[in-house]
Amino acid sequence: MTADPRPPDPVVLGMHGISKRFFGVTVLDDVRLECRAGEIHAVMGENGAGKSTLMKILVGVHQPDAGRIELNGAPVRFHHPRQALAAGVSIVHQELNLLPQRTVAENIFLGREPRRRFGVDRAAMDQAATRLLAALGAEDVISPRSLVGRLPVARQQLVEIAKALSFDPRVLVLDEPTAALSPHEVAALFDRIRRLRADGLTVLYISHRLREVFDLTDRITVLKDGRRVDTVETSEVDTRRLVHLMVGRELDHYYPPRAAPERIGPVRLAVRSAGAGLLHDVDLDLRAGEIVGLAGLAGSGRTELARLLFGATRMTAGRLTIDGRASRLRSPRHAIRRGIGLLTEDRKSEGLVLQRSVRDNTLLAARSLGRGAARRVALADLLGRVRLRGGADREVRYLSGGNQQKVVLARWLATGARVLIFDEPTRGIDVGAKASIHELMRELADAGAAILMISSELPEVIGMADRIVVLRQGTVAGELPAGATEAEIMLLATGEPDRAGAAAGASREGGTA
Amino acid sequence: MIADTMPGRLRPLGLGRDSGTASSAPVWLVFGGVFAVAWLLVELNGGQFMTVDNLQNMAVRSVALGLVAVGQTIVLIGGSLDLSVAYLVSVTAVGASFVMQGDPDRMVLGVVVTLAIGALIGLVNGLVITGLRVNAFIATLGTSLVMSGVLNALFTNFTGSVPRQFQALGYNALGPVPVAVILLLAVVALAWYVLRHTRFGYHLYAVGGNAEVARLSGVRTDRTVVLAHVLCSLTAVLTGLFLVSRLRSGAPWVGPDGGYDLESIAAAVVGGTALAGGRGAVAGTLAGVLILAVIDQVFNEFEVNAFLKTLIRGVIIVGAVALYALRRRDEGSF
Repeated sequence: MTADPRPPDPVVLGMHGISKRFFGVTVLDDVRLECRAGEIHAVMGENGAGKSTLMKILVGVHQPDAGRIELNGAPVRFHHPRQALAAGVSIVHQELNLLPQRTVAENIFLGREPRRRFGVDRAAMDQAATRLLAALGAEDVISPRSLVGRLPVARQQLVEIAKALSFDPRVLVLDEPTAALSPHEVAALFDRIRRLRADGLTVLYISHRLREVFDLTDRITVLKDGRRVDTVETSEVDTRRLVHLMVGRELDHYYPPRAAPERIGPVRLAVRSAGAGLLHDVDLDLRAGEIVGLAGLAGSGRTELARLLFGATRMTAGRLTIDGRASRLRSPRHAIRRGIGLLTEDRKSEGLVLQRSVRDNTLLAARSLGRGAARRVALADLLGRVRLRGGADREVRYLSGGNQQKVVLARWLATGARVLIFDEPTRGIDVGAKASIHELMRELADAGAAILMISSELPEVIGMADRIVVLRQGTVAGELPAGATEAEIMLLATGEPDRAGAAAGASREGGTA
Repeated sequence: MIADTMPGRLRPLGLGRDSGTASSAPVWLVFGGVFAVAWLLVELNGGQFMTVDNLQNMAVRSVALGLVAVGQTIVLIGGSLDLSVAYLVSVTAVGASFVMQGDPDRMVLGVVVTLAIGALIGLVNGLVITGLRVNAFIATLGTSLVMSGVLNALFTNFTGSVPRQFQALGYNALGPVPVAVILLLAVVALAWYVLRHTRFGYHLYAVGGNAEVARLSGVRTDRTVVLAHVLCSLTAVLTGLFLVSRLRSGAPWVGPDGGYDLESIAAAVVGGTALAGGRGAVAGTLAGVLILAVIDQVFNEFEVNAFLKTLIRGVIIVGAVALYALRRRDEGSF
C-alpha cells in the first residue's frame, strides 16, 4: 500500500443507480459503485448476486436499463467494448478470450498490430509484448512467440492481463481471475496486481473468496441478489461481518422439512471404492426417500462424481450397485435405462436444447428410449407435477431459469428415474423459484426417489440435506448428519483446522472449475 | 517497472515461432511419401516417372486447381467457404474468349473484364454472408446457381476464342519451367505474404479462430470476411484464364467438370487447413494440390478405371484428414 497520508484519492469511476433485467428477471437493482484512483476495489457476493453483470455493463457488453456511469466525473455510455477500451476501461473476463492457435503477441495486439512499410512489424510487436509481460514480471516465463494454446492456464491468464494493459487503462476489471490458479500462482498474481496499483491503476477485483479479498483489496462493495448491500474499507471489517453482509438474509430462506427417519428406504444406488480421473476410493450410498447433500471445494470432484454416477465418465475402479444389483454404467443411455437422471450444472449447454419446445425437451430422454408414444399422453401430467404453467410449445430459451430447471426435472420424471442427481440445482435462479425447486425435490424424495444434491451454497446443503457428504481432493472426506454447521462442513472440505475466513470463503466457491 | 529497461534481452523459453500458420511441414512429408511411392510403383511397372515431360505435366495439371485452392484456403481460414468458384471458372473462361474473340488487341480488356466480374462475385458472396447473415454454404451455392443459370442461358457451347499470344500462358515455358507454374508460385507467394505479414492476414486467422474474440478486440470482422471472398474469387478467375489459354475457347462446363469447388476444398483440407477456420497455410494447400496431382498421374499411368479412381481419391482424402486429427489429438494442445 502506498504510504501516502493525503485524503482519499479522487473518484475515478462512478456507477449510479444501475438496474438490469434479463427476460423479466431482475439481475441488478439500483446498484452504486465508486472507485478511487489507485485502489484495489473488491466486488463481492454469492453466485448470482450480479457481480459479473455489473462488470459487463461497465465495459459495454450489456446496456443498463437504468442508471449512469461516470469516468473521471464525466458521464460515459459504452455501446461496445471497444468504446470502453478507448476510454480506459479494460476487463479480463472470467472465461479466457484468447485465440489458442495464435501467438502471445498476436493475441495481445489483435486488431492493433504495429505496421511498417510492408505489412505487420512483428519484431516491434514482439518487443512491445515482452515489455507488457515484463510489467507483470512474466517476461521470463512467457515468450511473445509461444502459441497461447500451449501455455498453462495460469500463463494464459497473464496474457489476458497483458492484453488488457496494452490498452493503457485507468480502470482494470479482473473477474474471478484466480478460479483456475493454484495458491502459488495466486500469490504471484497478487504481487503483479499490487505493482499495477503502485503505478496508479484502479483495479476492480471480482471474487467470492474472502481470503483473497482480505489479502489484496483496499475497499469492498458487497452485492446480494442484485442489490448493493454496502461498501466498506477492507481494514475495518472482519470475516464475520463480511460474511454477514454477503449472506445475511433479511428473511430466512424457507426450506421444506426433512425426511422422517422411518420414510427413508433401502439403498437404491451405491458405489464402493469408485475411481475415475481425479476421483478415487469413493464410497457412497443413496437411499430411497433421502436427499444427500454433496459439498466440497471447487475442484474436489463433485461434478466428476455426478458424471460418474450417470455413466458419462466410465468408472475405472470400484463397484456400483443399483437396487442391490451390480452394474457397470457404460453410457448415459445405459444409466437412464437403469432409472438414473442428472440435472447438469450448466443447463444451457448440457441440460437443454434451447431452441426446442418445452414438449420436445421434456420428452427428449423418454423418446430416446423408444417410449415416446406411450408417454405423450402424460405430458400435461408431467408438467403439472413440476408445476410448470404455460404452453408446452414455447421454446425453452424464453423460460426463466427456474422454469428451465423444471423442464429438465420433468424430463427425468418422464423416464421414471428413481435416482436423481442435482448438480447446482438453483444456480442462476430467482429466490422465489429456488423455493419451489426445493419443494419439488423434497416431494420427489417423499415419493421414493433417491436424491443427490451438489451445491456450492452451504446454506442450501444444510437446509435441504438429510445427510451431508463432503468431498476433498477426489474422495469422501467425511459424512455429517442433517443440521451440521457451515464450519463443520468446511473443516472436512479443507482438511485444515477451521478458520472462519477459510470456511466462509470456500463456501462461496462457485464451481467454476 | 524494472524490465522496461531491457526490451532487447535474451528470448525466454519457447524459442522461435510455432504459430498455426507454419504447420505445413507434415503435409510436405506426406507429399514426399506419396511422391516416392508413386515413383517406385511406376518404375516397378516398367514405366518412367522422373522425366521432364512427366514432371511438367503434373505441374501444369496442378496449376488450375492450385490457383483456386489458394483462394479457397483464404476463405476457409476466415471460417467461411466458397462453392461458387467452379462456375466462376466457367464464367471467366467463356467471358474471356467471348470478349477477346481471337483479337490480340482485346487481350487486356478480356483479362480486366473477367477480373472485375470475379471481384464483383466475391463482393456479393462476402456481403450476403456478412450483411444478410446467410450461411456461407448456402450463399455461395446460390451465387453459383445464378451464374450457372445465366451462363447456360447465354452460351451453349464453345464461344469465341483467345488469341494465340494469350495461349503462351498455358503452353510456353521459361527454360524448363512452364509460365503457368511461375504464375501459381507467384500467387502462392503473394498469398503467403498476405496471410503471414499483413494485418488482414492476422485478422483473418482471428476471425476464423473465434469471431467474437476478434470483434471484442476491435477487428472489423465483416470487412475481413468480404475481402477474403474477393481474393478467393480473383483466384478462381486466374484459374479460368489459365484454362481458357489451354483450351483456346471457353465453354460453360469447364468449371463444374473440373470439380473445382469441392476439389479446392479437399486440397486445402488435405493441406492442413481447418474447415472450421482459424488454422491453415497456403504452403500446405500447395502440397495438398501436388499430392492429388501425383495420385492422378499414377492412376493415368496404370489406366485405372475412372470410378475406381474417384473412390480411391475419396479414401485418400478422408484418410489424410483423419490422420491430422489424430495427430492433433495426440499433441493434446487444442
